[in-house]
Amino acid sequence: MLSAGLGTILWTTIAFLIVLILLKKMAWKPILKSLKDREDFISDSLKSAENANAQLSQLKSDNEKLLAEARVEREKMLKEAKEIGDDIVAKARKSAAEEEQRIMNKAKQEIENEKTAAIAELKKQVVSLSIQMAETVLKKEFENKDQQVKLVEENLKSASLN
Amino acid sequence: MTSKLKLTENQLFSQIRVLKRNCTLVLFTLLAATSFASHDTIAAHQATTESHSDKEEHGQKFNAGEMIIHHITDAHEIHFFTLHEGKANESHYSIYLPIILKDETGIKCFSASHFYHNKREIVQGEKHLHYYEHDGYILFGEKIYKAENTSSIVFGKDGKISNASVLDLSPTKSVVGMFITILILLGLFGSAARKYNKNPNMAPNGIQGLLEPLVIFIRDEVVIPAIGPKHAHRFMPFLLTTFFFIWVANLLGMIPFIGGFNIMGTLGVTLVLASVVFIITTVNGKGFYWTHIMWPHGVPFLVKLILVPIEIIGIFMKPLVLMIRLTANMTAGHIIFLALTALIFIFGQGSAVAGYSVGAGSVLFMVFMYFIELLVAFLQAYVFTLLAASYFGAALEEPQHH
Repeated sequence: MLSAGLGTILWTTIAFLIVLILLKKMAWKPILKSLKDREDFISDSLKSAENANAQLSQLKSDNEKLLAEARVEREKMLKEAKEIGDDIVAKARKSAAEEEQRIMNKAKQEIENEKTAAIAELKKQVVSLSIQMAETVLKKEFENKDQQVKLVEENLKSASLN
Repeated sequence: MTSKLKLTENQLFSQIRVLKRNCTLVLFTLLAATSFASHDTIAAHQATTESHSDKEEHGQKFNAGEMIIHHITDAHEIHFFTLHEGKANESHYSIYLPIILKDETGIKCFSASHFYHNKREIVQGEKHLHYYEHDGYILFGEKIYKAENTSSIVFGKDGKISNASVLDLSPTKSVVGMFITILILLGLFGSAARKYNKNPNMAPNGIQGLLEPLVIFIRDEVVIPAIGPKHAHRFMPFLLTTFFFIWVANLLGMIPFIGGFNIMGTLGVTLVLASVVFIITTVNGKGFYWTHIMWPHGVPFLVKLILVPIEIIGIFMKPLVLMIRLTANMTAGHIIFLALTALIFIFGQGSAVAGYSVGAGSVLFMVFMYFIELLVAFLQAYVFTLLAASYFGAALEEPQHH
């Protein structure tokens, strides 16, 4: 009953090799390959979907970031503009004040100069007037010659020349 | 009906005559074998009145053991049924398979019908033994011997047959069953593969839906865990083929009325499968596998003396166990069905009522056993594949770095 005849062994070997070779070529290779391909395809699809999702959320966060940045930028720009404006106003104020000061100083200077010139002129006129008056006085005085000589001699007498 | 069948029988014989002329090859190909099977050569023959009277004389008792052994043994015919058994017009409906013999006189080819139409009986001690004779050859217990003294079988003193045996290269029932299995497998997987090629990256449908889970199961649950993802692909074709070959062959053996194939219960078949496993394991054995067997690391010397021979025996024992497990399991399944059937006849011989009532019980139990055997058919294919994969995995094992 349970004996392995050579014929059976031979036929089984042939049969098994036939089925092995034929199935390997015909079935296992294409089936296993397409199973693997499909699995790869599915996992690739899942992966790419995940990637797309990640990209989308990345994009979203990027947008938000951009928006926030823009807001910050706007704030900054506004602040800067205000600062510049303030600066300009301050500078203008300062220069206006300086100009005023300068003009005032100049005016004062000129007034002083004019004053000095006027005083000088006044002095000159006073001198020439004095001289004229002195001339007139002196002219009158020197008309009496003897008196003059007498006066000089008196002085000479008091001043002993040792 | 009978005349028609006789005609086909004659056609078969003329075929065989033609074949005899061409039969210079040691074996003929699958084509020849399938042509025999497909030629629908259901031949009926009338039992000789001689044997009929013999039966009457010896009071032919139903012998359950003989019947069971007869049915689980590989045969040179595919026997469907017998009509009018034990009567004058007893007729057998069978496909007679070609017989191919090789002895010192050369290769002989003829139809097994020559044997089965020429039944002889011999009394050996208490037993009446049947054998078949044709052209100087004897078929006894489905084994072929040379006939001594033209037509007889001779038993030695030890009760064993002393006739010279001849090399029997016949495609037997199991061989035909295997080729049917191959056709089924090629049909199933061929059409599935075509679908895969036609619609890549599509959801499986039809036949793919049936086969794909099994292929994935073998790949992901059996082969890759046992061998590892690195080498698994190399062994996939063999292991998938083995699994489906065994499974379909087992299922074929469960179909009634087609001759009761017992393919995986034929030792020669499982021997080949186990041998292929042995060869693949041995060829792929890496250094670590061999050193583990020949000089196990970290084992005391005296233990090595015991362990090494055991390991060496183990190399051969593993495939041997594969072979015996599969054959024994499938044969056991067949024996259970046959025993349950035999039970009916044993009781039926006493009284018809007992026969019918036991029959009802037997049938119920057989239905139950059918479910178990459907599971076993799958389980044995799975176990064989799993163990083969684990042997390959062990052969390819790399040393563990601690």
